[in-house]
Amino acid sequence: MKLTRRIFQATAFATMLAGTAAYADTELTVYSAVEAEDLQRYAETFNQDHPDIKINWVRDSTGVVTAKLLAEKNNPQADVVWGLAATSLMLLKTEGMLEPYAPKGVEILDPKFVDSASPPQWVGMDAWIAAICFNTAEAAKAGVAAPTSWKDLLKPEYKGMIVMPNPNSSGTGFLDVSSWLQLFGEAEGWAYMDALHANAASYTHSGSKPCKLAGAGETVMGISFAFRGAKEKAGGAPVEVIIPSEGVGWDMEATAIIAGTSKLEAAKTLVDWSISKKANEMYNVGYAVVAYPGVAKPVENYPPEAVTRMIKNDFEWAANNRAAILKEWQKRYDAKSEPKS
Amino acid sequence: MAESAIAPAARPALAIDRDRILQLVFMAVIALYLILTLAWPLYTMLSKSMTTYRFNLASFEMQVDAGQGWQPARKISELAAQLDPAKLPKLTSGTDGRLAVVDFVPGYSFRGTEVYRFRNAEEGAFHLAGSLRITGTDWHEYPANEFRKVMMRPAPSRGLDNYVTYFSTPTLVNSISNSLFIAAITTAFTVVLAFGFAYALAMTVMPFKGAFRLIVMIPILVPSLLPGIALVYMFGKQGFLTPLLMGHSIYGPIGIVIGSVFFSFPHAFIIIATALSLSDARLHEASIALKASPWKRFISVTLPGARYGLISAIFVTFTLVITDFGLPKVIGGQFNVLAVDIYKQVIGQQNFEMGAVVSVVLLIPAVIAFAVDRIVQRRQQSTLSARSVPFAPTPNAFADRMALLFCIMVAVFIAGILLVCQFAALVKLWPYDLSFGLRNYDFSRTDGGGWEAYFNSMRMALYVALAGTGIVFIGAYIVEKLQGMKAGRSLLHMLAIMPLAVPGMVLGLSYIFFFNDPANPLNFLYGTMAILVISSITHFYTVSHLTAVTALKQLDPEFESVSASLKQPAWRLFSRVTVPVCMPPLLDISIYLFVNAMTTVSAVVFLYSPATKLASVAVLNMDDAGDVASAAAMGMMIFYTNVTARGLHYLASRGLLRRTQAWRAR
Repeated sequence: MKLTRRIFQATAFATMLAGTAAYADTELTVYSAVEAEDLQRYAETFNQDHPDIKINWVRDSTGVVTAKLLAEKNNPQADVVWGLAATSLMLLKTEGMLEPYAPKGVEILDPKFVDSASPPQWVGMDAWIAAICFNTAEAAKAGVAAPTSWKDLLKPEYKGMIVMPNPNSSGTGFLDVSSWLQLFGEAEGWAYMDALHANAASYTHSGSKPCKLAGAGETVMGISFAFRGAKEKAGGAPVEVIIPSEGVGWDMEATAIIAGTSKLEAAKTLVDWSISKKANEMYNVGYAVVAYPGVAKPVENYPPEAVTRMIKNDFEWAANNRAAILKEWQKRYDAKSEPKS
Repeated sequence: MAESAIAPAARPALAIDRDRILQLVFMAVIALYLILTLAWPLYTMLSKSMTTYRFNLASFEMQVDAGQGWQPARKISELAAQLDPAKLPKLTSGTDGRLAVVDFVPGYSFRGTEVYRFRNAEEGAFHLAGSLRITGTDWHEYPANEFRKVMMRPAPSRGLDNYVTYFSTPTLVNSISNSLFIAAITTAFTVVLAFGFAYALAMTVMPFKGAFRLIVMIPILVPSLLPGIALVYMFGKQGFLTPLLMGHSIYGPIGIVIGSVFFSFPHAFIIIATALSLSDARLHEASIALKASPWKRFISVTLPGARYGLISAIFVTFTLVITDFGLPKVIGGQFNVLAVDIYKQVIGQQNFEMGAVVSVVLLIPAVIAFAVDRIVQRRQQSTLSARSVPFAPTPNAFADRMALLFCIMVAVFIAGILLVCQFAALVKLWPYDLSFGLRNYDFSRTDGGGWEAYFNSMRMALYVALAGTGIVFIGAYIVEKLQGMKAGRSLLHMLAIMPLAVPGMVLGLSYIFFFNDPANPLNFLYGTMAILVISSITHFYTVSHLTAVTALKQLDPEFESVSASLKQPAWRLFSRVTVPVCMPPLLDISIYLFVNAMTTVSAVVFLYSPATKLASVAVLNMDDAGDVASAAAMGMMIFYTNVTARGLHYLASRGLLRRTQAWRAR
């Protein structure tokens, strides 16, 4: 009987607990697609200057975060978006979800990294650039040479050796697809992907997974991004980072305030800080191209030619055609294998 | 004499009234709980699956100036009427649809010298100029080159368009046959193997039965993703058993089937073992006396005796496999199944309407399997006879040895999967650096929420176990012991049985629709720990409810009459007799809820928030991001936690039995 009473007490207690949470001075819910292992460093560096603002991260793949934000359109849960693809933020802008705000010092930044609206609705942080992660150990076993261009990936000897992210869920996947359509033109771009599809082993949910799979030898090469490849290499995986010669797609990671946040002051403080020189130096640890001119230093294991091979990217075209491109992609490729019996 | 004749009539009437009100209040509360956490959300989802988005061309208007001043304004719908119907763009769309106005303007060229004006002809409609969203009904002017950037946006409407789209998209429809195919094959394997295993335990005298019984329960203690992860290490490109597949890929149907057999095995085993344990020894003796061959005896005695159990096992396995999401997510490769489609539609593309459509499609086989199982179970109860004698196997050297061999193989398969996961979690960089280390346990380096997620999961599972046991038991008490109110009680019973037919993904998705609506007064629950607890309790309600009902059935209704004649209120009987007597099944229910809350992914994957990340979801997210070793590490943490909980449960029930159940021993 005592036990019953205790169970009922505990039940009541549990219901109570569910509603409470510990509060620092201000807590910001920040949505992000920044690599998980960097989040802590970003928050710690920010807290050196602003210890009174606590960041609660919600991290996921670019596509997932974008979709989550769109779903919460009428009931936003995020205060700030810090580190999401600029194409995604443009999408949010078209939904009227972003708070226009010119952060302090925005005029110093490379104008390419700042939204064209006045005041800007989002501000860029750094560029992330497509690349191929190539496992040299597995390639040697299979007896294949490294590709140097996108077109190389169509070689018959690579059949079943290529993994790429699904653009429906991965920002990296989308920037690849959008860059091929821009590089090769619409008709030839789709023809290229048809041929690539024939060689592809599978499509992953996240953009970093193909590179991690290449690092683990689970695939010979993964279409991913340069930053991830450099990290895998630094972690000891037998991986080379290849920047295809035709040019590579890229996207910006960018920051914005969600319209209607109840913590506008703290949000502004965070965004002000996120474009500061210190913040850009922090981004530069992993990313070779950052928004603040004159900050960027070469990054270890990062292929230097990545910067010069960035294509001229029409973000607005990409954002407005995103839905149509993704639908077409899904129709063509989203059932790689049929039931075999 | 006269006094005592009147008093019992008057006093109890009053007491019963107060009692009655209390009981009715409880009944209403539990019914309301089930309606708010099950029926209503499901209804919301059904209606969401019929929400569509269409371009309403009549709500946009344009004007052109080709150098001779503004021509009269025209609705886009008027322009569309003049287009060749074959060239008319599709007007149905998703939430994120866009339609360029220039597609409707005859003779448009971006190099033209015309100037255009465009406006929303109705309040509420909106369009984009580049990436700027324009609302209101003012005119905006664009030179020809800018005008191509004007995009119309769709407005919500209702209809069956989503279903039409679903059934006309081959990649989506394919998943139906894929799902049925996987579920059917797995069911065949699982039920045959589980039958063999249960048969060996029940009908032979092989050694190590206790150990086998423990090992076979392992899959219940881990998330269904875990066998997928183990299979990657065993049969992936770098797997140590890959050659066994002879060139076939583990990513796809093969992997899903092997993993599904693993996680569905104990469920099928328990049902079949129960059925076999009810096997009547008198029939076996009769067949031996009649000199029937062992084979004949198997066919005409053993199998028919277990037939209801077998049918039940078939449908339970089928439902489990077709609704499982974690395993095909990890090992399915590009082989699409329904449960993963829901996830892809919702999480990948945030196409909630299409997610709802797939959910409705997935509900159909689940509901059919559920209904058949219910009917069969009802039959089985009537076959039990009070005169049955439990069967006691006799030694048979050959049969015992074969049974032992078979059980060892199954046990090695099950334990092997776990060992591989533990090994993978400890290795530094598979397959290039095989030295051991704890690097993969540093969850802050990966997605998923770190160690905090693990502790969240423990808290959540604890709440589910405590609150769930209370709610379920009160509900079961009302269904079983309340007098009168037959309609209300059967409604409650039906509501309590329903969750079994509802896949976790479907429940979770319906919760988004229901609780994330700002107009819902319960909206405050969204994103909290409470909603995770609620969804898990509801998801696992049925089995707990049936356990409680069975326990209550064993209580003699005399208790109620005695308590009424002693003028005791029902709550006193409930707290002094019913609950203490039912303590062992109550503990069983709470451990069932705890273990399942620790391992479930499907019921919570749409509902967790940054503050309430969970270990099971972390396994999924880590695997998704490619951190497979860390996913294995977290999965094993869930396993150890559940083993510990099971151990504590065992000690607690033993202690409790000794203290409160002494009356059973006389």
